[in-house]
Amino acid sequence: MPDVQKTAPPADKPRRVRRGGGVMSSTGLYIATGVAAFLFLIPFYIIVRNALSTDAEITGENWKIFPTDLQWGNISELFTDETVPFAQSLWNSTVVATLHTVGVLLVCSLAGYGLARIPYKHANKVFYAVLGTLMVPTAVTFVPSFVLVSSLGWVDTYRGLIIPGLFSGFTCFLFRQYFLGFPKELEEAARMDGLGYWGAYWRVVVPNSLNFFAAMATITFINGWNAFLWPLVIGQDPSSWTVQVALSSYMTNQVVVFHMIFMATAVSILPLVFVFLFLQRWLVQGIAQTGIKG
Amino acid sequence: MSTTTPRDLARPASAKASPAKPRRGLRGSSTFNFWLFTGPFLIGLAIFVYAPILWSLWLSFFEARFTVTPDKFIGFDNYTYMLTNDDFVGSLGTFTVFAAFIVPTTWALSLGLALLVNRMRFMRAFFRSVFFLPTAVSYVAASLIWKMSIFSGVRFGLMNTVLGWFGIDNIAWLIDPNPPWYWLVIVTARLWLQAGFFMILFIAALQNIPDELYEAAAIDGAKPGWQTFRYITLPQLRATSTAVILLLLIAAYQAFDEFYNLLSKTTWGRPPLVELYYKALGESQDYGAGSAGALILTVLICAVTLLQGKIMGFGRGDESK
Repeated sequence: MPDVQKTAPPADKPRRVRRGGGVMSSTGLYIATGVAAFLFLIPFYIIVRNALSTDAEITGENWKIFPTDLQWGNISELFTDETVPFAQSLWNSTVVATLHTVGVLLVCSLAGYGLARIPYKHANKVFYAVLGTLMVPTAVTFVPSFVLVSSLGWVDTYRGLIIPGLFSGFTCFLFRQYFLGFPKELEEAARMDGLGYWGAYWRVVVPNSLNFFAAMATITFINGWNAFLWPLVIGQDPSSWTVQVALSSYMTNQVVVFHMIFMATAVSILPLVFVFLFLQRWLVQGIAQTGIKG
Repeated sequence: MSTTTPRDLARPASAKASPAKPRRGLRGSSTFNFWLFTGPFLIGLAIFVYAPILWSLWLSFFEARFTVTPDKFIGFDNYTYMLTNDDFVGSLGTFTVFAAFIVPTTWALSLGLALLVNRMRFMRAFFRSVFFLPTAVSYVAASLIWKMSIFSGVRFGLMNTVLGWFGIDNIAWLIDPNPPWYWLVIVTARLWLQAGFFMILFIAALQNIPDELYEAAAIDGAKPGWQTFRYITLPQLRATSTAVILLLLIAAYQAFDEFYNLLSKTTWGRPPLVELYYKALGESQDYGAGSAGALILTVLICAVTLLQGKIMGFGRGDESK
């Protein structure tokens, strides 16, 4: 695994020279990219179109590009529908994804810092024990984890949804890589002032790493919000469903109400799309910085 | 990283430095601090990662139906049962087909998008956002759109509407495994969801290729385009390509969400995780066999990871999700 590059260029740095050009003209380039972008946007358009249509228009013979009347009432219908507790699941997802993000950042950043910076003779062994868990994809351990969590009585609880997912070897590894590249001079200055590791971490290291924390927070929140297998296993009672499990229930239900399904999908995606567009720059840089590259 | 200089940095270093321990002069022992920082994480790791693996190992040697504290030791019976079980072995085959489709297509599409976006002078941020945006969508939501609208097997499905313009009859994309059109549905959904993420990795790598290489190649008479791509860009992307392929393989092994949601009522097209889900948490609640299957899968993943690392010269594996 290559190390993190602390001088990684921003992903949108303008090109100085034209590379590998010649085969494709500028017009061709924009046409090809435009077609690809159009295809990538179709699913988003479908969600919005169907979410604001009547069932008759979604399933009609003639595919219309825009619905004749925008059905804004579909939004309130989604939240008053009795068959799927959608509002409750949105709330559950909000709580779970938020606490998941806070917990993962706290626990994994501390561990990553300890592994990167604090001299200890067995630190390497500990690091390999953490790396070893990356070889065992978390999803593969879901059977024994479920057994453990159910024997703790945590099925259908926030604890069961949140706590087992906090200990991400991968996030810890990314933080370690990042802290290895953190300028030592700042910490040494803090030491001169007599701060311990703990004080230096909170008062110097964290405040100077907010960009990286923000990127990791975004990625962690998206993963928490979109998680499906674990919430499906743990959320057995509909009152503890997350929004992904609620969405999935539309696919297995006998009754299919199309406009509700698509409105639910739109509502489940909307918060993330906003987060995404706002934090895009951080996110792109964060991914480029995480060390998953050559 | 913020560029603001902390107040502490501005102070003269000699003012308060204790001369006795100039470098490692932190309060408290290193060992104590090491455990203070890593302790909470390691305890959690032990309880929620290592313990389940060990418990699973233990369960896999017992007949454990409907119970997690079994008392009937049956040796390797669970393993032989899973390895001779058509459904489980078939799920490994499903994975192999899936990986054979998804790994090369995602690699090619994300590299292609990176090359396109990287050459743009205008609107590159816009196009990058468009390709990256699907990363925010969950597999469940994408499955809904794919199943209920694009690949709906009836006349109002988008694909069937488009095919209808060319006089082609409706295709039952997900209902009928002969021919196995469901692969098109599954693979396009995942391509859409993950290509943008890997595009970012390729863009980062492309920008790290020194300009001098292209200039030298131009002097040597290499034609821009295919020649520079073949002899400079591709070799320079080797490390990133290796990492991307490894991440794609591991992500493919973990495929669950879209298979579960798109093919929920079928018995075919089940990858290992879906098969294990039904085996261990379905009606039979066979934790012993499920654990044995999970461990077989783990060994396989480790073997493939190490093998790929050996072949492509890449030491360690990560997972992206």
